[in-house]
Amino acid sequence: MIHFVVHDENDSVGVVVVEGVKAGQELTGWIMDQDKEIKVNARNDIPIGHKLAIRELKANETVVKYSVDIGRAVAAIKVGEHAHVHNIKTKRW
Amino acid sequence: MSIDLKSASFHGYKRENGRIGVRNHVLILPVDDLSNAACESIANNIKGALAIPHPYGRLQFGADLELHFKTLIGTGSNPNVAAVVVIGIEDGWAKRVADGIAATGKPVSFFGIEGHGDMETIRRASKAAKDYMHWASELRREERPLKDLWVSTKCGESDTTSGIGANPCVGNAFDKLYAHGVTLVFGETTELTGGEQLVAARCRTPQVRDKFMFMFNRYQEVIDRHKTSDLMDSQPTKGNIAGGLTTIEEKALGNIQKIGKKCMVDGVLDKAEVPGGPGLWFMDSSSAAAEMVTLCAASGYAVHFFPTGQGNVIGNPILPVIKLCANPRTVRLMPEHIDVDVSGITRKEINMDQAGDKLLEMMFRTANGRLTAAEALGHREFVLTRLYESA
Repeated sequence: MIHFVVHDENDSVGVVVVEGVKAGQELTGWIMDQDKEIKVNARNDIPIGHKLAIRELKANETVVKYSVDIGRAVAAIKVGEHAHVHNIKTKRW
Repeated sequence: MSIDLKSASFHGYKRENGRIGVRNHVLILPVDDLSNAACESIANNIKGALAIPHPYGRLQFGADLELHFKTLIGTGSNPNVAAVVVIGIEDGWAKRVADGIAATGKPVSFFGIEGHGDMETIRRASKAAKDYMHWASELRREERPLKDLWVSTKCGESDTTSGIGANPCVGNAFDKLYAHGVTLVFGETTELTGGEQLVAARCRTPQVRDKFMFMFNRYQEVIDRHKTSDLMDSQPTKGNIAGGLTTIEEKALGNIQKIGKKCMVDGVLDKAEVPGGPGLWFMDSSSAAAEMVTLCAASGYAVHFFPTGQGNVIGNPILPVIKLCANPRTVRLMPEHIDVDVSGITRKEINMDQAGDKLLEMMFRTANGRLTAAEALGHREFVLTRLYESA
C-alpha cells in the first residue's frame, strides 16, 4: 500500500495520500519519476495531502519538490516529520 | 491509447463565423448592474433563456472599461451562445456591446432601459428572446473534427494531490490534444510564481517568451504594490493550506503540470483576447477561479478542464466546466461535484496515460451534450475581472 508519493528522487519531501497516518507508523512511499519505493517512519500524525520530510533539513535550507526549489525551512525538520507552514516559508513575496 | 484522436469527432453547433459551440444558449446579457433585474425577469418569462447578472459596468474608464466591453462582447460571441439580448441602462453602451457581438454574424438585439422603465423593456426584450428561443431550438448539432474544439484549463482549491494527479492528467490530455491541432489555453499568472522559468523555457519563440515574462512581471508588480503580507491565506488560499500546500512555489509547480510535458506555448494573450490559431496559449489572468474561467469563455473557449484537490465547486453560465479530482477524500465527501475521478493514480490503479484518456472521454461526452456536474447543480459563476476602481 502506498502511503505517500514523492515526485522525484531529488525531493526533500513527500505527500501523504491516504487518510489516518499516525505518529510511529511505518510508511511506504512511491517515487513517481523513478518508479521506486522507500520507507519512512512518520514522526507525527499527518493529514492526507500534507507533506513529510524524507531527508533531514536544517533551518534555512532549501526545500525541494518536483526537483525544484519550493521555499526554505524556517526550522530544522527531521525525516518523517510533518513539513508545512509551521516549518517552511516561501522565498517570494 | 484507447481513443483514436486522429479520426475523433464531436457533434457541435456551427455558428455564423465558423466557430463550433457545444451548447446552444440564448443569453440575456446585462451591460451593467442596474440591468440585472430586467435580465432576470426576461429569463423568467422565456424558458430556456439564460440571464447572467454581474455587479459592474458603471463609471468604469480606460483599460478597465475596455476589458469590461471585451469580456461582455467575448461572452456573447462565444460559440456556445446561439443568440443574445443585451440590456443596458443607456442605449449607447448596450449598442456598443451588441455591435461587437453582431460582428460574429449571430442574432443580437439591444434595449436601453432609460425612457422606458423596466416593465416596458422587459416586455419588448422578452418578445425578442422568445423569437431567439424558437430559432435556436431548431438548430441541429453536426459532426465536426476534434480540431474545431477549443479547450481551456484552470485549477482551483488545489492541494498536493492536484500536482500529483489531477493537474498532470490535464497535462497528459493537453499533450494529446495539442498533437491534433486543438486550440488550448492556460493562465493564472501569479500562480506560476516559482515556476515561471519552466514556462518561459516552453515558449515557442524568444518573442513569445518576452511577452510571457512581460505579463508575468507586470502581475508581480501589482502584487508588490498592494501586498501587506506574504499573501498567506490568499495565495496559497486557506483551502490550499488545509490541503497541504505550503508555499506559492509549491502551488505553482503543481499548477504548471497542466501544460503537460510536450506542448509548447505558442502565444500569449491579454485578458479576454481571442487566440489567433491552434496551439497552446498563455492568457494573463487572475488565479481566482470564476474570474479566470469567465475570461476563458470570453476568449471563445468551448470546454473547460478544472482539476481540484479540496473541492472547488465552480461553474460558468456558458462554458461547461469538467471537474476532475485525485484526492480520494474529496471524491468521497463531495462526489456530486466531480465529473472525472482520477484518485486511482496515487494507488497505482491507473497510470497517467489512462487518466488522460478518461478525461478526454469525458470531454467528448460533454462536448456532445452531457451536462457537467456544475451545469446540473446550477453553477453559473460569471465574474468580471476589474483592473482598478471606477471613476
